[in-house]
Amino acid sequence: MIATIAFYLFATLTIAPALAVVFARNPVHSVLWLILAFFNAAGLMLLVGAEFIAMLLVIVYVGAVAVLFLFVVMMLDIDFASLRRGFSANLPFGIIIALVLLGEIIVAVSAWKVGPTLSNHAIPAAAQPNIVALGQLLYSRYLFAFEIAGLLLLVAMIGAIVLTHRSRGDLRTPKVSKQIRRRPGEAIRMLDPGVGEGMKL
Amino acid sequence: MTDAFVRWGMSYDWAWFVATIIGILVIALPLMLAVAMIIYAERKIWAAMALRRGPNVVGPWGLLQSFADGLKVFLKETIIPTSANKGLFLIAPIVTFTVALIVWAVIPFQPGVVLADVNVGLLYVLAASSLGVYGVIVAGWASNSKYPFFSALRAAAQMVSYEVSIGFVLITVVLYAGTFNLSQIVVEQKGFGLGLVNAFGFNLLLFPMWVVFFISSMAETFRTPFDLVEAESELVAGHQTEYSSMSFALFWLGEYANVILMCALNAILFWGGWLPPVDWAPLYWIPGIIWLFAKMSFFFFCFGWVKATVPRYRYDQLMRLGWKIFLPLSLVFVVLVSGWLMLTRYGAGA
Repeated sequence: MIATIAFYLFATLTIAPALAVVFARNPVHSVLWLILAFFNAAGLMLLVGAEFIAMLLVIVYVGAVAVLFLFVVMMLDIDFASLRRGFSANLPFGIIIALVLLGEIIVAVSAWKVGPTLSNHAIPAAAQPNIVALGQLLYSRYLFAFEIAGLLLLVAMIGAIVLTHRSRGDLRTPKVSKQIRRRPGEAIRMLDPGVGEGMKL
Repeated sequence: MTDAFVRWGMSYDWAWFVATIIGILVIALPLMLAVAMIIYAERKIWAAMALRRGPNVVGPWGLLQSFADGLKVFLKETIIPTSANKGLFLIAPIVTFTVALIVWAVIPFQPGVVLADVNVGLLYVLAASSLGVYGVIVAGWASNSKYPFFSALRAAAQMVSYEVSIGFVLITVVLYAGTFNLSQIVVEQKGFGLGLVNAFGFNLLLFPMWVVFFISSMAETFRTPFDLVEAESELVAGHQTEYSSMSFALFWLGEYANVILMCALNAILFWGGWLPPVDWAPLYWIPGIIWLFAKMSFFFFCFGWVKATVPRYRYDQLMRLGWKIFLPLSLVFVVLVSGWLMLTRYGAGA
């Protein structure tokens, strides 16, 4: 009963904000709606017993990726009139893609009724926690794929840094070691100049 | 508690629902009281360190000062700037406050006394604390004002930076405990140090990680020396600049709830949670919750101590500490800890 209510709550709150992402006029609002959608998708994951995936979804997508999205969108000055200009020209193409997606969803739904709590497919009771099961599989059977994925991420990260990093000649980067080594004796001089004598710096 | 409701003739679902709601209230209401008292305690600590008297007028020894402040804030007018984005402007403090409260769901106070004893407890803590940044960012952006916006950008960068090293620190703890469940992590610490000391922090490999965690938790809650988010000398009051009345109070309460939470995490992850410091039978006669509170109070005192004595970092120093010192250090320790555990526990069935 509660699970059903929770499912419909999460499902509605995933789909409605997903629509709002597209329809919102303000890009920052779009990103915030997207975050809400991510968050509720994590709730759906919890309902099917995939607690590890749910937490990862929140940590990775909501906690890291979306923060960067928001960061960039807030800083950019996006002109929405120019973004919407190509709407009618791209409309047929968009409709084709939408139809293909719709077809795929219909196939997927008819192949397996989504939502085990609703279609009376009981979730198999897990003998061990999610994390243990995933870890044992990842580090034995899929070890190679797992490590390749890690290497790919590393390459992507280094690539992004190399592509965007420009060394500018006019930067005066502070040398932290020098700053730490500095002592009061080098910065302060105690003087007692006589009247009218002044002092040399 | 669910069982009791079932016996009174409720269906299991509804019994669970009602029991959970009661559980939430039992945690959240004392927490609010604790926040009020801890603000008073902290002001007294700062005052003592600055050779002042601190709050001493409202109530005996000024004990009711926080409630007087709360009442004052409650009675003030809520001002919404005309150019602010109204919806988001009002949602931001609510988000901050809510996120600060939801983490408490997985904090174990005593054996078995925890609202949600979930397998992924520690990940839940990480997930919820990564949500905290949204309150600040949204507040800064929706205020439509320069200083709050600067504050929002700083907060976003700072939280993301320190969360990385906190994540690695948590992994070292999880490697030792072998579980993400917070209650189980506490149980694993029983007699950990030479069969005598109930603390992960006693371990030479984990003690440096606790230092990193302690400093990072100050950065994560925007406390001095990392309070660049609301640096009053340059940003007025940071993201809270445009807020007044209850919306301001919600930021305040959320911030302190987060600070207490970080103290609790320090105690639970590294210093034995509800266990007494030494594994000696008579000490177990004292209820676990008192041990936990004692440890939390000690860490809170340390937080206040640091705030009263340490000057603020520069922003580039803050970033350097996060990315160039803590991140490599915690990464090296993840390798060291897993190597040590491979050496000592591999094949031992652990």
